[in-house]
Amino acid sequence: MAQMESGESGTIVSITGGRGMVTRLDSMGMRVGVDVKKVSAQILRGPVTVQIGGTQLAIGFGMAQKILVEVPE
Amino acid sequence: MKTILLMGNPNVGKSVLFSRLTGVYVTASNYPGTTVGFTKGFLRIGGEKAVLIDVPGTYTLEPTSRAEEVASKLLEQGDVIINVVDATNLERNLNLTLELIRREIPIIVALNLWDESKHTGISIDAKRLEEILGVPVVPTSAISGEGIKNLVSRIDEARAGTFVHSEEDRWSRIGSIVGEVQKVSHRHHTVLERLADASVIPATGIPIALLVLLAVFLVIRVIGEGLIRFVFEPIFERLWAPVIMRLSRVLTEGTFLHDVLIGKLIDGEIDFVQSLGLLTTGLFVPFAMVLPYVFAFYLVLSFLEDSGYLPRLGVLVDSVMHRLGLHGLSVIPMFLGLGCNVPGAMATRILETRRERFISATLMAICVPCMAQIAMIVGLVGRYGMLGLSLVFGTLFLVWFAMGVILNMILKGESPEIFVEIPAYRIPYAPALFQKLRVRTERFLREAVPWVIIGVLAVNILYALRVVDWIGKVAAPLVTGLLGLPREAVAALVIGFLRKDVAVGMLSPLGLGMRQLVVASVVLAMYFPCVATFIVLIKELGIKDMAKSAVIMATSAVAVGGILNVVLRAFGR
Repeated sequence: MAQMESGESGTIVSITGGRGMVTRLDSMGMRVGVDVKKVSAQILRGPVTVQIGGTQLAIGFGMAQKILVEVPE
Repeated sequence: MKTILLMGNPNVGKSVLFSRLTGVYVTASNYPGTTVGFTKGFLRIGGEKAVLIDVPGTYTLEPTSRAEEVASKLLEQGDVIINVVDATNLERNLNLTLELIRREIPIIVALNLWDESKHTGISIDAKRLEEILGVPVVPTSAISGEGIKNLVSRIDEARAGTFVHSEEDRWSRIGSIVGEVQKVSHRHHTVLERLADASVIPATGIPIALLVLLAVFLVIRVIGEGLIRFVFEPIFERLWAPVIMRLSRVLTEGTFLHDVLIGKLIDGEIDFVQSLGLLTTGLFVPFAMVLPYVFAFYLVLSFLEDSGYLPRLGVLVDSVMHRLGLHGLSVIPMFLGLGCNVPGAMATRILETRRERFISATLMAICVPCMAQIAMIVGLVGRYGMLGLSLVFGTLFLVWFAMGVILNMILKGESPEIFVEIPAYRIPYAPALFQKLRVRTERFLREAVPWVIIGVLAVNILYALRVVDWIGKVAAPLVTGLLGLPREAVAALVIGFLRKDVAVGMLSPLGLGMRQLVVASVVLAMYFPCVATFIVLIKELGIKDMAKSAVIMATSAVAVGGILNVVLRAFGR
């Protein structure tokens, strides 16, 4: 997710992280199988903003690196 | 009396609904043993009175943060739950609804932001949703008031849901519910949405942030100074001063009691800033100097919160804050501190870990001068133009950053990552805003003001017992030798503990050159917070952490002041 371009869309295929992180992501609608669209990135490995359904979420760069997104060609 | 809980995700218009349902008599308190607050009020259903609690917003009952922990603990106290659901965001919100249904508690769903969902092209079949979940579902628009009466009249119908499912299959079940009850039609982007996207993209977001911050400062200055000049100063000068003068004659000047209660008369008159008595400066500082700014800051902060801007600001500054062991949202205490360090110190409680609270409180107390102090520094050093000012504020900014990096390295623990919902922009609903403002101001009066007065009393007693003079004498070699300041500057540093801006003002008759003014301004800003901030920090951090923080403050102030003195001398200033 950290490497996606702004404006690109894809589907989450895996989330590597502790149970706490996975629970937190899940409760906010971020889980394997959902579609995400990247809204923006910040300079200096800043947080990533993504759109999931009707929700926009900002997520730290380190956490975003643990979320694998498949972007269709 | 029945207890009704208002529960839902953050940013679903819960507090607007709360202010609609309760009216005037609401109180804020901390959940026992935590720093997480909740608001409580009363509600009439038919002839019966019930307690209504505005539970902190939560995405899940499985706690992942302190606020959510409180939310799930409060759950045990509720007889009925009004589950506030964002109609524009049904899928994610239903996750909490299903969790509540699995707990088999009587609930009623308020399908809020109903009007907004229609504007965004979403239509939801509330009747069908009610049948599926087996609990009453009432469409509401808290801001316009639509559906509120209907919601209150149906609270008695609240019941445990009948929607049978398991935790594992909940998302697929939610998916099929949403598919059945919701229709989305295509529509165009609104102006607010365009603005929303623009404010998280660096190229447009940073200029927007600068504009917002500038506007914030202007508004706060106008409101804060207006309140001081036209409300509080006249009250103290015209109503309170004559009373104190009479008391002063009764006590006679120079006695211990007079020194503590009234302090010194300046030219035979009360000077509320310099007399330093409990009933003079002790009351004037919290009420006439701090409160107006706190009020103005809370007003603007509540507006920024309700409009949805703050998380965006957090996102923009996150990468810088991350280097300091903090995340983007900890910009809020820093930002508040620029108005007055007292609410800044109180705001550190929004941070999750002790480490974050320590770092942000220490950095704020050392490097963030308050509005009054900034004004005095500008007045004093301003005569040397941008060079003088940038030396003072540039040094403070550098120290802020360097100190943060150092603290982040030496303190055990990790920098938390930001993870936050970016809500849609909304125009704040005035009654809810003012309810929040009132609750916050009351809380400041109750929690901070008594301590400020006690602090002034303590300093006064030390002053009367000549302990302060003694500290001044001990510190004198340090001040003249290392910092290169004249002996008289010691008095300013001592007063700085009480009032930083007055202390800066005391430097002006000393005839200091630019180097000395810059060094003195920086040291005054850094060496110790004012007594009001100090006391609030003790409450927020605990005495042990505050002691550590104070040591860091004093040593870094002397070190930075000394270095600045040497460097400026080397450049022949």
